Amino acid sequence: MADQRNWYQSKEKVRKMKKLFSYIFLTIGGLFMAIPVIWMISTSLKNKGDIFTMPPEFIPMNPTFDNYIRIFVESDIVRGFMNTMIIILPTTFIGVFAAALAAFAFAKLNFPGRNKLFFFLIATMMLPGIVVLVPQFILFRTIGWLDTFLPLMVPGFFGAAMAVFFLRQFFMGIPDDLIEAAKIDGLSYFGIFRVIMVPLAKPAIVTQVILGLLAGYNDFMGPLIYLNSPENFTLQLVLASFRGYYTSDWGLIMAGSVLALIPTLLAFFFAQKQFIEGITMTGVKG
Amino acid sequence: MAANTSTNEEKPLNSGPEVPLNKKKKWNKEYTWGYLFIAPPLIGFVLFAFLPILYSVYVSFTNYDLYNDPVWIGADNYTRLFFEDALFRKTIVNTFYAAVGIPLGMIVSLGIAMALNQKIRGISIFRTAFFLPAVSSVVAVTLLFRWIFNADFGLLNIGLGFIGIDGPNWLTSETWAMPALIIQGIWGGLGINMILYLAALQGVNRALYEAADIDGGNGWQKFRFITIPSISPTTFFILITSTIGALQDFQRFMIMTEGGPNYSTTTVVYYIYNNAFSYMEMGYASAMAWLLGIIILIITLINFKVAQKWVHY
Repeated sequence: MADQRNWYQSKEKVRKMKKLFSYIFLTIGGLFMAIPVIWMISTSLKNKGDIFTMPPEFIPMNPTFDNYIRIFVESDIVRGFMNTMIIILPTTFIGVFAAALAAFAFAKLNFPGRNKLFFFLIATMMLPGIVVLVPQFILFRTIGWLDTFLPLMVPGFFGAAMAVFFLRQFFMGIPDDLIEAAKIDGLSYFGIFRVIMVPLAKPAIVTQVILGLLAGYNDFMGPLIYLNSPENFTLQLVLASFRGYYTSDWGLIMAGSVLALIPTLLAFFFAQKQFIEGITMTGVKG
Repeated sequence: MAANTSTNEEKPLNSGPEVPLNKKKKWNKEYTWGYLFIAPPLIGFVLFAFLPILYSVYVSFTNYDLYNDPVWIGADNYTRLFFEDALFRKTIVNTFYAAVGIPLGMIVSLGIAMALNQKIRGISIFRTAFFLPAVSSVVAVTLLFRWIFNADFGLLNIGLGFIGIDGPNWLTSETWAMPALIIQGIWGGLGINMILYLAALQGVNRALYEAADIDGGNGWQKFRFITIPSISPTTFFILITSTIGALQDFQRFMIMTEGGPNYSTTTVVYYIYNNAFSYMEMGYASAMAWLLGIIILIITLINFKVAQKWVHY
């Protein structure tokens, strides 16, 4: 009996030790993650002189919004933000709509060659994106779309294979009986999609919209290749151009980075569940 | 497939119940709508992926500067890649060097996930802290790390100074530029991997641990013989997606160091980008992209093959 009690006590001790250890480990890890971000915000609130003081101040002695004001006055960040929105809003909504419709057909309608066509489409996901980059550029150059938003929008309108794949998974979980019943009620196929499928798949669709907006907002490669005129630059291009314009004006560069992060951080706080779900499902960041 | 069996039950509207079903299924309305609904992604795939890819096979055998018509040069681009271009070899080595961060990051994120996989107060704060980089823009984060790696006033060297280490000139040193980018990569990737591992850990069968307790297994044995095998599918998934991602990484290299100093941080995709969009060598860039695509494919296949030995589903 005494042995047993000892065993339980030592077990309890081990558990407590483990917890303490975990807290220490997590705190160190959390600081490793958070300090760069705090440093970014702190730098953005300092004027030029205070940035280079030693030892550095984590909490600025004379906080100032000068860097932020300068960004709004001097740089194209507002226009960049508008350009980004013009590109990503229609592209994401139309793209997810197209993907959802196709996913519904792949999951719930019957037609010859359905599965073969699905695998043909999914094969895109296996291809390294880099192989498509050069020929796509040649294509859009040939049809005169360089330095317009079209190469960044039009391919997205058709619906991404990734979105089709995950929405199909979701639709397959919806019972067939519902569809049969709707058919008897005389609903058209599009009606079934609109009235029954979309409301049921709302969480999955919202997740896809959020991931689509995030990917578009953060996209750097596409705009970099297709847009040349500064007035067409997206937010990420404007931000990247700070590197050259304001070489060591770190306060201003950090303020720009903070501004660029704010929309995604807000989205993250409001839709944390969708973000984590979506990214867990795909295993990729936007 | 449940969906397929329902085809047989469903009868075309015009056929009465007495008429025996034709072996050859008749065209019906469902087919039309099905094809109509799946058309957009398929058309998009053919127009913007399939045909361009076919065309790029052709371009990779030509000399093409965008302004003059492509000139057929046979396999010259490929022989140049394999035998003449020392820089290409260097970028391959750089790319694999950069991938060193993957196992490192996986171990750390597994540790964090295990620490979080308990009844711990403030779990959502920790989860948010680790996950934030995953939703942040590459440009903003890389600019931030340029500042952190700044030799004289950067946070890292200031921190190292406190413990008596004279930090290197990270981004202008051939030796230290790549380690700096690896550190940034680990920082950015932890959140996603941690979330994936956390989900896997929560799925491990509790009964296995209890059985091990009865058999007197210690903590390390439980970790080694229960946890590791149980989460192996997730480990495999992370390994595959991170490898494919790392082999195509380039944007943060461009912003952080512009590939320098002396090409020490030029990755393959960065080199492809330069060939295509700075030197206007579309043919050569395409050949390189294809070679990289094949390398990625081979590595993925090897991963799958080896996985049969250590992944337990």
